[in-house]
Amino acid sequence: MTTKRALDKKSKAQAAKIAPVEKLPKQAKTGAMKFEYAPSLESTDIVRIEKRNRLFIGGKFIEPSSEAYFTSMNPATGERLADIAEAGDADVDLAVRTARKTYENVWSKMSGRERGRYLFRIARLIQERSRELAVLETLDNGKPIRESRDVDVPLVAAHFFYHAGWADKLNYAFPGQNVSPLGVVGQIIPWNFPLLMAAWKIAPALACGNTVVLKPAETTSLSALLLAQVFQDAGLPDGVVNIVTGAGATGAALVNHPDVDKIAFTGSTDVGKIIARAVAGTKKRLTLELGGKSAHIIFEDAALDQALEGVINGIYFNQGHVCCAGSRLLLEESIAEEFVAKLKKRVAKLRVGNPLDKNTDIGAINSAGELKKIKKLIQLGKDEGGEFFEPTCAIPDKGFYQRPCFFSNVSSSFTLSRVEIFGPVLAVSTFRTSQEAVLKANDTPYGLAAGIWSEKGAKIHKVAGQLKAGVIWANTYNKFDPSAPFGGYNESGWGREGGRHGLSAYLDVR
Amino acid sequence: MAIEKNLHVPKTIKLFINGEFPRTESGRHISLYEHGSQKVFAHVCRASRKDLRNAVAASLAARGEWEKRSAYNRAQILYRMAEMAEGHREEMVSLLTKINAASAGDANQSVDAAIEAFVYYAGFADKFSQVSGCVNPVSGPHHAFTTPEPVGCVAAIFDDNIESILALPIVAATLASVIASGNVVTALLPSNVSAQLAPLAEIFATSDLPKGVVNLLTGHQSELLDHLASHMEVQSICYVGSDRTTQEKLKTLGAENMKRVICFAPDANPTSLDRLAGFVEFKTVWHPIGH
Repeated sequence: MTTKRALDKKSKAQAAKIAPVEKLPKQAKTGAMKFEYAPSLESTDIVRIEKRNRLFIGGKFIEPSSEAYFTSMNPATGERLADIAEAGDADVDLAVRTARKTYENVWSKMSGRERGRYLFRIARLIQERSRELAVLETLDNGKPIRESRDVDVPLVAAHFFYHAGWADKLNYAFPGQNVSPLGVVGQIIPWNFPLLMAAWKIAPALACGNTVVLKPAETTSLSALLLAQVFQDAGLPDGVVNIVTGAGATGAALVNHPDVDKIAFTGSTDVGKIIARAVAGTKKRLTLELGGKSAHIIFEDAALDQALEGVINGIYFNQGHVCCAGSRLLLEESIAEEFVAKLKKRVAKLRVGNPLDKNTDIGAINSAGELKKIKKLIQLGKDEGGEFFEPTCAIPDKGFYQRPCFFSNVSSSFTLSRVEIFGPVLAVSTFRTSQEAVLKANDTPYGLAAGIWSEKGAKIHKVAGQLKAGVIWANTYNKFDPSAPFGGYNESGWGREGGRHGLSAYLDVR
Repeated sequence: MAIEKNLHVPKTIKLFINGEFPRTESGRHISLYEHGSQKVFAHVCRASRKDLRNAVAASLAARGEWEKRSAYNRAQILYRMAEMAEGHREEMVSLLTKINAASAGDANQSVDAAIEAFVYYAGFADKFSQVSGCVNPVSGPHHAFTTPEPVGCVAAIFDDNIESILALPIVAATLASVIASGNVVTALLPSNVSAQLAPLAEIFATSDLPKGVVNLLTGHQSELLDHLASHMEVQSICYVGSDRTTQEKLKTLGAENMKRVICFAPDANPTSLDRLAGFVEFKTVWHPIGH
C-alpha cells in the first residue's frame, strides 16, 4: 500500500512537472514568447588597475631596467587597460639570479611542511579575493565573467590547495625512489587561461621545492601581477616566485638563461618546437603543453541532447581558446543530419557579447591579431568548400568578437581539420563505423584530448583505449581537476600537469 | 665420412625486419674479425636509410596488434624470450669470446644479465600499470583514472663504445622494456656486438612475438642517426650512451615531430621501472557518475 501510494505521489509530481512544458511549444508557435535578457553586468568597482605595472622580482614591484612598457588592452572594448613593464635580458637575469639565491638560501632549506603551509595560505587568499581576481581576468582576457568566476578562479584555488598537501608527502609520490627539487624553474604561460595556467605551473613547482621565474603572456599579465600581491600577503618569502612580463623576447631570454634548470611552457606547438631545439644541447629539463585538434565523437546510441551540450561546451567554452577544445566533431552518419540541425538551433541561442555580462556565453576574442587569424581560417574553410553556419546575432561595435560558428561536410584534408584555429569554429564530419571514427580522430599530429558520447560502456572503453590522446572525456567534456593528470601525446607536448604524475615534471626522481 | 673442422657452415648474419631476415637492400657489408687476427669471422649488413624506413614501416604495421595484446600475453612472450635466449647461450658466449675477447666467465655473466632482463620485464609487463596508474579523486561526480599506454613507435640506438659485455644485456634490457608496455621498436645495434643480431633475431623470431614488433639493424650510426631522428613516424628515441653531441642532434632533429628522446647512461641499471616509464604516455579517462 505504502509503495503504491508513493508511486502515485511520484507520478502525480511527474505529471505536474510535465504540464507546463507541454504548454510552452504552443505559445512559442505564436511567436509572442520572445524573451530578451536584460543586461546583468558585473561591477568592476572591486578591481583597481594600476596605470603602470612593474616587474615582480625579489618580493617587490620594480621598474624594468629597460624602462620599456607596452600596452595591454581590454579586448571587449579595444581600449587601453594598463601599461605593462617589458622585461629585457638584464631584468630576466636579475629574476633568475634572485630565484637562484632564494632557492639556495631559503626555499630548498625549508621543510616540506613549511612550504605546504604557504601554499595553503595562498589557496585561501585566492578564495577570499576570488571576485576581484575573476573580474580582473575577464577585463584583461575577454572571457565571460561566468567562466572566470565559476571555472578559472575556483580551479586556481583548488590547484594551490591540492599541491599544498603534496609538499611534505613527496616521498610517497614515487615509492622506492628518491626525489629532490630541480632548482630554478622558468615558466612561460599563454593568454587563454592566464591565472589558471599560472596556478598550474607555480603550485606544483613550489610544492616540489623549486623557485620560479614566470613569464605571463603579453596580452594578459594583470592577473599574474595580482597573484603576486597574494603571494606578498601570504608572506611567501621574497624571491620564491618572480614575474617578468613581456613578449617573445622576454620568453626567449628566460629559455636561454644558463642558470635555469627547467623550462615549462604552455602555448603553441610551433613555439614549443623552437624551445625544444633551444634547450636540446643543454641539461635543462623541459615539459610542454602544446596545441591540439581534438576529436569529439558522437555515436548514434548517445544521449543526443546531452551530447549536444557537450559539443557546445567542448568548442565554444572560452571562445574556443582552449588547447583541448573539441574542434573536430565526428558524427555517426545515421544521426548526422538530425544532430547538425540541433546544433544550428543551439548555436543560434548562444549569447555573444560583453564578457562582464553574467548572461554572456561567448565573450571577446583575446586580441585583434587572434581575431584576424580566426577570420582568415574561416575564409579558408569557405574557400575549401565547407558548408558554413553562423548565427546572425548582434555583436558589440567595439572590441574583438567572433560569432560561434561551424562548418559541416568537412573532410580530413581540409585546413579546418588539420590546423588549430583556437577560436569558436567547429569542423563537422561523419563516420560509419567506430573503426573509422578512431582512424579519423587519430589522423592528426596532435594528441591532446578527445570526447566520446555513447550509452554503451563497452564501446566507450574500447574507443577510449584506441584514441591516441592524453585526456579522454566520455559522456562529458572539458572537465579539469588538480588531481587529474592533463597533457598530450605526440605534438601536443611532453609530460603531464596535475595529479601525482604532474609532480615528476618538477622533481628529480631517482 | 667426417668433414674437416674448418669446413663448418658459418652463419650469414642478415638484418631482422618484419619477422624476416633480409640482406640490406644496399648490398653493402661490414666485416667482423676474430679478435686479434686479420681473419674474417663474419659479415654483417651495413643497413641503409631504406632499410631503416622499411624497419620503421614494419613496426608501425605491427603496432595495433601488439598494443592490443593483454599485458599477461606480452609477459608470456617476454618470458619465452628468456627461454629461447638460454638456448642461444653458447652462440652468444662464443661471439663475445671470439670477437670481443671476453673471458668465458665474463661472457657467460653477460648472457646471464641479458636473460635476466627478459625475465625481469616479463614480470613487470602486467604490473607496471598498477604501479604507475591511478584513480584520481576529482571533485565532482566523475570517475577519472589515469593509465600508462605505449608511446608507439620507438627507435633505439646505442653508443658504439659501450663495453661489449655490458652492451649485450643493455640491448636486451632496452628491447624488452620498450616492448613490455606494448611499443614497437627498431634498434640499431652497437657495432661491437653487431654479430649478436643473429642470436637475438632468432630469439625474437621464435618467441611468438608478432612480426615487426622488434626490428634489428646493423650499420654505421653516423650514417643513420639523422634519418632516424627526423623520421616523422617515430614517436620516441631511446638513446643509451653519454655523447652529448649525439643527444643534442637527436633532440634538435627530433623536435620536428616532438619526439620523446629518452637517454640512459651506459651504467644505468638495466632492470628498473625507469626504462618502462620512459616509453609510455599517461591517458586520463573521465566518465560521469550518475543515476
